[in-house]
Amino acid sequence: MQFGIFTVGDVTTDPTTGHTPDDTERVRSMLTIAQHTEDVGLDVFATGEHHNPPFVPSSPTTMLGYLAARTARIVLSTSTTLITTNDPVKIAEDYAMLQVISDGRMDLMMGRGNTGPVYPWFGQDIRQGLNLAIENYALLRRLWDEEVVDWQGRFRTPLQGFTSTPRPLDGVPPFVWHGSIRSPEIAEQAAYYGDGFFHNNIFWPSEHTAKMVGYYRRRYEHHGHGPADTAIVGLGGQVFMRPNSQDAVREFRPFFDVAPVYGHGPTLEEFTAQTPLTVGSPQQVIDRYAAMREHVGDYQRQLFLMDHAGLPLKTVLEQLDILGGEVVPVLRREMEAKRPAHVPADPPSHADRVAAAGSAAGTPGATHVGGAQDRWTGRTAEDDATTGARTTATAGAASGR
Amino acid sequence: MSTTTRSLVVVTAGLGRPSSTRLLADRLAQATVLELADRGVTAEVTTVELRDLAHDVVNAMLTGFPSGALAGVIEQLTAADGVIAVSPLFTTTYSGLFKSFVDVLDKDSLTGMPVLLGATGGTARHSLALEYGMRPLFTYLRADVATTTVFAATDDWAGAGDDTGPLPARIARAGRELAEMVAARRNDGPPDPFADAPSFADLLGS
Repeated sequence: MQFGIFTVGDVTTDPTTGHTPDDTERVRSMLTIAQHTEDVGLDVFATGEHHNPPFVPSSPTTMLGYLAARTARIVLSTSTTLITTNDPVKIAEDYAMLQVISDGRMDLMMGRGNTGPVYPWFGQDIRQGLNLAIENYALLRRLWDEEVVDWQGRFRTPLQGFTSTPRPLDGVPPFVWHGSIRSPEIAEQAAYYGDGFFHNNIFWPSEHTAKMVGYYRRRYEHHGHGPADTAIVGLGGQVFMRPNSQDAVREFRPFFDVAPVYGHGPTLEEFTAQTPLTVGSPQQVIDRYAAMREHVGDYQRQLFLMDHAGLPLKTVLEQLDILGGEVVPVLRREMEAKRPAHVPADPPSHADRVAAAGSAAGTPGATHVGGAQDRWTGRTAEDDATTGARTTATAGAASGR
Repeated sequence: MSTTTRSLVVVTAGLGRPSSTRLLADRLAQATVLELADRGVTAEVTTVELRDLAHDVVNAMLTGFPSGALAGVIEQLTAADGVIAVSPLFTTTYSGLFKSFVDVLDKDSLTGMPVLLGATGGTARHSLALEYGMRPLFTYLRADVATTTVFAATDDWAGAGDDTGPLPARIARAGRELAEMVAARRNDGPPDPFADAPSFADLLGS
């Protein structure tokens, strides 16, 4: 099972000091946090995408490309990539580029975004949000899976003989998650394609999360990708820890009380009772998150929101030390011990997907791998996947955890 | 003996204890229960004082999900066979607490729901607030609102308020109307977003 962090990239005043980072400071903090994620032994760093203050991460692949060079092991991902307002052609290009640069050490998560004004800024209409997510993703898949694309749809100019470059690494597109909090349609979309489903449950009670994930699992099986319990699931989480739980509560409460999302609302005690937010000792966090699988089944990725509510960088890095040092090693052991053998431990890595593409080569209906012949060299993705020496090296690196 | 039962949820936004809004709500519920009994229907009445849920309502607005007792109340309300909703009139319309409660309901949760509306206020000059304020709110939610709404001014409780349409007569008429609607319709529960979710083939084709 993978453990990592995801960041919204919000600029929030530290209520205890009154310090507000400027955008430059915040971006640089995110880069420091991401690199520390690897240092403490976590597996994933994912950044949000926003196009309005007080959020800074407007250009995820620029950030992740830099991090690909500065890290060696962590999976770089998004939380989420806006499939509604981004041109799917640009997503295909940007993330294939990131895939090549990172040697396959990446995946990405599609989301619709939740800020109404962003849609018109990018020439779209929020009332079409769901339809945009469906059409744009269908096009994105074709741009990665097919060498030459003729396409016409409702939301962007038609394409004739278009080839998105660079072509996906080893002919195998990045693994995709779909994130949704409330829409069964998006769970259905993830299930249809056999992609991963991420429920960002940080502000939601576990019963709701269980319903959404359960629906995705049933539909995953319905669409023929395998038994429901083998579907690829990710969850969010939020924690604040100190060795002594009273210290954690005392230190975190001033941040919680005025946080942009839940501040001035429920008490810290109410919120921790009802959502995954856990404020206490490392053992309390272990107990809470080890029990998540009881609500949603065995799952493959747990992301924590750690750098929010104006917490200073130093505190965030300390939190990562505790998370990586004391919490995740225990969670890994407990989750692994309880996971049935037939359930995947991790989401598919690039190496896994290359291997799957190799075994599926020539199998009709293997739609999720590049099947088209390269029109310049006459080679197919499967040739690369099964015989390329470079691929073997990549596979080793990608599964090196 | 009849075995037919119907559930009634009474929502009252009165703030005082005792409250004249609660008093009106109880009278409307009593009238409805009697009329249902005449039709061989046993009513199960649940009364909800929004005052008790005020903090949960605000929390739901800030967090996006209902917490505490509010979650259970919303579940009961949306599964009810009939609803009686009574608010005090504050500054020309229903109270802010009443509207906030309605605002945290799913917009589809009261579709087709038989609803009886009541309000309390200082003088009869405010009585039309039920028609220009409260009825459109429930029409927007596609509820099935009873023709008669009941406004009770302070004087109505003295019996001297309205000689042509005294309060007890209006309560009885309103209770009869709601009972007829409730007896005729059983609520099969709110729509299940997962049962109704379209298949991906439909989504792609749309």
